[in-house]
Amino acid sequence: MLGLNRRDALLFAIVIAITLFAPIILNPFPEGSELAQFNAGYPDLMQRFVIFGIFAIGFNILFGLTGYLSFGHAAFLGVGSYAGVWMMKLLTMNVVPAIIVSVIFAGLFSLLVGYISLRRSGIYFSILTLAFAQMSFALAYSVLTPITNGETGLQLALDDPRILGISQTADGSIPLTNFFGITMRDGFEIAMGGWLFTFNAGYYLCAIVMLIAFYVSIRIFRSPFGVMLKAVKSNQQRMLYTGLNPRPYTLAAFVISGMYAGLAGGLMVAMDPLAGAERMQWTASGEVVLMTILGGMGTLIGPVLGSGVIKYLENIFSKINDNILHQWFSFLPDGLEDFVVAIVYPFIGKGWHLTLGIVFMLVVIFLPGGIVEGGQRIAGLFKRKPPEDKNKTAAASAPSAAE
Amino acid sequence: MGILEVKGVNKRFGGLKALSDVNLDIAEGSVHAIIGPNGAGKSTLLNCFVGRLEPDTGTVMFDGRSLLGIQPFEINQAGVSRVFQTPEIFADLNLLENVMIPAFARRDGSFKINGWMSVGDEAEIREEAMTMLAELGMDAKADHIAGQLSRGDKRRLELAMCLVQKPKLLLLDEPTAGMARADTNNTIDLLKQIAKRGITMVVIEHDMHVVFSLADRISVLAQGTVIVEDEPGKIKGNPKVQEAYLGGAHL
Repeated sequence: MLGLNRRDALLFAIVIAITLFAPIILNPFPEGSELAQFNAGYPDLMQRFVIFGIFAIGFNILFGLTGYLSFGHAAFLGVGSYAGVWMMKLLTMNVVPAIIVSVIFAGLFSLLVGYISLRRSGIYFSILTLAFAQMSFALAYSVLTPITNGETGLQLALDDPRILGISQTADGSIPLTNFFGITMRDGFEIAMGGWLFTFNAGYYLCAIVMLIAFYVSIRIFRSPFGVMLKAVKSNQQRMLYTGLNPRPYTLAAFVISGMYAGLAGGLMVAMDPLAGAERMQWTASGEVVLMTILGGMGTLIGPVLGSGVIKYLENIFSKINDNILHQWFSFLPDGLEDFVVAIVYPFIGKGWHLTLGIVFMLVVIFLPGGIVEGGQRIAGLFKRKPPEDKNKTAAASAPSAAE
Repeated sequence: MGILEVKGVNKRFGGLKALSDVNLDIAEGSVHAIIGPNGAGKSTLLNCFVGRLEPDTGTVMFDGRSLLGIQPFEINQAGVSRVFQTPEIFADLNLLENVMIPAFARRDGSFKINGWMSVGDEAEIREEAMTMLAELGMDAKADHIAGQLSRGDKRRLELAMCLVQKPKLLLLDEPTAGMARADTNNTIDLLKQIAKRGITMVVIEHDMHVVFSLADRISVLAQGTVIVEDEPGKIKGNPKVQEAYLGGAHL
């Protein structure tokens, strides 16, 4: 199917199903119940899930396949965002040109950064990319203010000269981002029993783009080009003496992942037309590294899972405050309740980073293959012992399953 | 005129003269060994053939084309494959992928973006790689991870990777270094088989046993110069050679 082998086709089908039904799957708790705060099925967060999923999928093409650890990918996301907003200011509120231009600009910028940074490998490469990203961040705040609008961030204004569109609507407000007339905020809600499901146009646009991006990444992983990228990670010396030039391969991977980052940036501004320099800061670059490692670097689905977990923790865990904790533990005797709350409190709310840190440490130490490896181990526990010969083929194909 | 012609090669590292006026003429289809005591300049010479080092003066012509001033991958594309002292393989990949990569390199050149193709559809390359693995008796392990092989099997795999490219010249840098006796003998047998295919081989070796059972011709390198070049039978008794080794190895 679609030029994929059976295993990949199955994986892709599962991802399609989960993505399309996410508004339902992510809202398992009825509205108004105590657990409703754990629901993640609201448009803003779902959009973030898939957008950061795209970012991480692209990052994984570079980091997972070639092993080159870039600490500056947020810069490409930022460049994509700025380019997207400018497109909306100058041309049209339709998101398609904005997204395309985001990808192109991020691609060109990553070509420049990659060409220079890839002269070094290992830690020096990482430092060079970090330097480039921090430089972009600093420039966006200072000398590039005419383009980036500095600290305030680049946003739409009522007097934008929109060539293919109107500067402001009849009632004097800024027009909304749309996809050929469907505004991104559009959508409908379905109430079923106590549940409320929101189906949002913006989310579905991002979801479809993510599915295409995911499909392309599967194709790259399974192509001869993908094998060459794995060869770069494995042994550049051998590659060089095998008649292969590792440099353009690595550069191509770098630019592709930069374009994915630009795509993510473009989608961000398509959902919310505002681009700020903080998007390019090193913490944002570090976040995508965390996502990829947490999910499982070099695996197809890992980065998406990693970005899901981190965005869930960031948005849901961080909302829990001590009042909610007191409610949960109110069944305990007073003194004990305060004690338990005091113990748990640092790990939730603003302390969610602590939880993330612990989870990350546990994953790196016990599951170097990330969440994907965890899933494989659990699946292995539950698998019935197959007959002898089948067992052998399963073991033999295990390495490819891990990809 | 041989397939590899080395003329007047000099190489100096600071004050040390590593190679002085080295001349070699290696006939097509022959197995040519370069021997010599430690520090004689054997590896330096080999590195001058593969683009890793640039001689100060002199020429290295392969098949009518200069090998100087070009990158290692271009030299390989011209038909020179190389085996390293420690086997250099793609340790994280399986054996089949290890052999498919050089096959792709031969077909597609040094760089090609074919991200839309699927490795699964490359039946021809796959077939070729499997045949090569089968010839070297490793097809049963095709889906094993290369890094887990024994030293001798890694060497075997590295040779498969070189041979699948159908090289005109195969350079071997101490192919049996650090191997157990059994592995050494297996490797020698393997190299003999390869020599029968008519591939020109240049072997740099320490182990006399290996050299005398393989080579058609031997050049003895000492202190950066070729002191003798002759057939194996005549090298053994040569006083110059014995002096060069000074009991370092029993000939």
